[in-house]
Amino acid sequence: MSDENRISRRALFMKLGVLFNGLVATALTIPIVRFLLSSVTRGRASAYLSWVPLGRISEFPEGETRLATFRNPHVMPTDGKTVDTACWVRRVEGEQFQVFAINCAHLGCPVRWFPQSGLFMCPCHGGAYYRDGSRASGPPERGLFEYPYKVQDGMVTIQAGELPTPGSPTASLFGNKAPCGARNELVSIESKLSASSETNALLRKTKTWA
Amino acid sequence: MGVIGQIGQWFDQRLQLAAPIRDAAEHPVPRNTASWFYVFGSAALTVFLLQLVTGILLALIYVPSASEAWSSLQALNHDVTLGWFIRAMHGWGSNFMVAIVLIHMVQVFLFGAYKFPRELTWIVGVFLLLMTLGMAFSGQVLRFDQDAYWGLGIGASIASRVPIAGPIIVKLMLGGPIIAGATLSRFFALHVFVIPGMLIGFVCLHLLMVLKLGINEWPMPGRLVKRATYENEYHQLTRKDGAPFVPYAVWKDLFFAAFILLAVAACALYFGPFGPTGRPDPTIIQTAPKPDYFFLWLYGLLSYLPPSMETPALLIGPVVVIAFLVLLPFLSGEGEKSWRRRPIAVLTVLLIAIILGTLTHLAGYTPWSPHMNAWSGDPVPEQFLHGRTALERQGALVFQVKQCRNCHSLGDLGGQRGPALGSVAVRLTQDQLIRQVIQGGGNMPAYGKNLSPAETTALVAFLETLHPRGQAPARDAARDLALGEDKNQRQGAQR
Repeated sequence: MSDENRISRRALFMKLGVLFNGLVATALTIPIVRFLLSSVTRGRASAYLSWVPLGRISEFPEGETRLATFRNPHVMPTDGKTVDTACWVRRVEGEQFQVFAINCAHLGCPVRWFPQSGLFMCPCHGGAYYRDGSRASGPPERGLFEYPYKVQDGMVTIQAGELPTPGSPTASLFGNKAPCGARNELVSIESKLSASSETNALLRKTKTWA
Repeated sequence: MGVIGQIGQWFDQRLQLAAPIRDAAEHPVPRNTASWFYVFGSAALTVFLLQLVTGILLALIYVPSASEAWSSLQALNHDVTLGWFIRAMHGWGSNFMVAIVLIHMVQVFLFGAYKFPRELTWIVGVFLLLMTLGMAFSGQVLRFDQDAYWGLGIGASIASRVPIAGPIIVKLMLGGPIIAGATLSRFFALHVFVIPGMLIGFVCLHLLMVLKLGINEWPMPGRLVKRATYENEYHQLTRKDGAPFVPYAVWKDLFFAAFILLAVAACALYFGPFGPTGRPDPTIIQTAPKPDYFFLWLYGLLSYLPPSMETPALLIGPVVVIAFLVLLPFLSGEGEKSWRRRPIAVLTVLLIAIILGTLTHLAGYTPWSPHMNAWSGDPVPEQFLHGRTALERQGALVFQVKQCRNCHSLGDLGGQRGPALGSVAVRLTQDQLIRQVIQGGGNMPAYGKNLSPAETTALVAFLETLHPRGQAPARDAARDLALGEDKNQRQGAQR
C-alpha cells in the first residue's frame, strides 16, 4: 500500500465515530418518527368509529330535520367541549333517516337549517343545500356529508368519529353518494324539476309562453 | 481608565467581541442609503423582538389546553393586572409585523435589492415572510375561540384536498381524527418553539448577509448590475461616497423603531385585545367564523373561485407563488435596479396590492354570504307595500317567510348574495319570474319543492310590483298575442 492511500489511525477512528453516530441517529429516528405519526397510525380506529347514540327515534318527527348533538367516542382529558359535536338529523319516514354532518362540504363551516325554505345555508361562503343534502348553490362541489346510521332498540345511532373534510376517506365512503346515493340523486333531480302536478302545469304554461 | 472601562476590558479580554461589533457598527454604507425608505427591515426586527417579549409574558398565564385555553384568556383580559394590555400588544404587534414585513419586501423588490449578489438574502427573506404568516395563523389558533375552531376546520378542509396524502396531512395537522386538545397542543408547540426557533435562525442569517454583502445602494436609473463588475463598483462607491452606519444612518432606524413601538402601544391602548370571541364549543352553530385581518383576502378569494377551479387553485397557487418568489433573483439577477425603469415590476406590485386590498375590503362585509336573520329581522320597506292588493301583500309575506330576503335585498336591507330585487319587475317578465323561482339557476336554488302553487302565484304577483315609479315592468308582448289578450284588457284586469 502506498503512503497516499494509507488511512491514518486517527482518520479511521474519526470515520468510525461518524459511522457510530449515524447508526445511533438512525436508531433514534425510528421512535421519533413513530411518535410524530402516531395521530395517523394510532390503532384507535375501532374507538373513534364506534356507534354513538343521537336520541330516541320518537325525538325526531317524520318529515322534519332536527339538530342533535353527540360526544365523540374518543375523548382525551384536555379536549374540553371540543369533543361535543352537532349534526342535522332528517327523518324521511319510518326508520329511514339522513344524518348530515354540521360541516359545509366546501370548507367545513357550520351549516344552518331553514325549514321554511327547506334549505341548509352556510354563513361562510354562501353554500346552500336542499333538504336531502344535495348541493343547491354556492361554492361546494358536492352535497352535505352524511354519517352512516342505524336504528337499534329505538335509538338512532351514527358512526361519526372523524371530522368530515372534502378529502377524508369517510367523505368518499359515506358521502351523499352512499349508502342512500341512488335515491338521493333521484330526489335532488326531482326537487329541481317538479314539486306538484299543479306547479308542473304552471311551469308547462311558462314554457309554452316562452 | 475608570472602573467601568476596566470591567469592560476584563470582559473583552475573554469574549473578544468588541472589535467585530465595532467593525459591524462602523462598516461604511453608501451615503444615500441613509434614507427613510431603508428603515423597514430594522422595524420588522424590532416588532419581532416585541413579539418575543410579550409572547413570553403571555405564556406565564396562558394554558395550552382545549378545556382551559379560553378561560385562561378571559383571566388575562379581566383578572390579571394589565393582562389585557400585553394581549393587545401581542395581537397588534402581529398585525404590524405582517404589514411591515410586506412593506419591507415591496421596497426591496422595487429597489432591485434582490439582484446579484443578494439573491440568498432575498430567498431567506421569502422564508421569513412565510414563517411570519405561519406565526399569524398559529397565533389565531392559540386564541382558542369559535373563530379559531372553525378556522382550523377550514385549514383541514383545504389540506384534505391534497391528492392521496390529504387525509394523512389532516390527521397530522389536527393530531387526531377531530379538532380537539391535541390540535391546540401541537399549534402551541409550533407557535412557541418550532417557528420562533426557525425565525431566530433565519433572521440571524438574513442580518449576517446584509452585513457581509453591504446594504443595497440607492438605485440609479441606467446603472446596471453586472455579475463581473458589481462588487468592485459597490466597494468603490462605499470608499468614495460611504459613511459609517453608526451613527450616520442608524438614527433613522432608531427613530422609526421607537415610532412603531409607540404605534403598537397606541393601538393596543385604544382598540384593546382581540377576542377571544365565543367559547370553542362545536355544538354552538350560530356563528359566522372569520379569519384574522391578514387572511381575509383568502377568505374572499375562496368564495369567488368557481367550484371546479378551487382545488387546483388552492393546491397549485401557493406552490407557484412561492416558486416564483424564490426563483425571482435567478430570473432577473442582473440589469436595471431602479423602479423608474421597471414598469412591469411597478405594475405587478400595484396589481397585487389592488387585488389583495379589494378582496380584503369585500371580506369585511361578505356580500357572498346569506344574511341569516334578514328574513325575520329586516322589515319590508313601506313603499313596496303601500296600495298593494291582498295577493301582492301575501306575496311579500311569502318573500320573507321563505327566506328570499336572506340573499336578496329590498331597499338596501337584506342579503347581497343574489341581485337586489327593488326593480326586478323591470328586468324579468312574469314567466321569467315563475321559471326562476321554481327552477332556480345561476347560483339560486330551485324553490319548486318548497312553494305551493298558491305561494308561487302570490310571490310572483309581489315581485311584479317591484319597479320604480314611472318605469313600466317588463312584458312579454308575444304572450299577450298568443293568449289573445288585449293590452288594455290585461291592464284593466290587473287594476
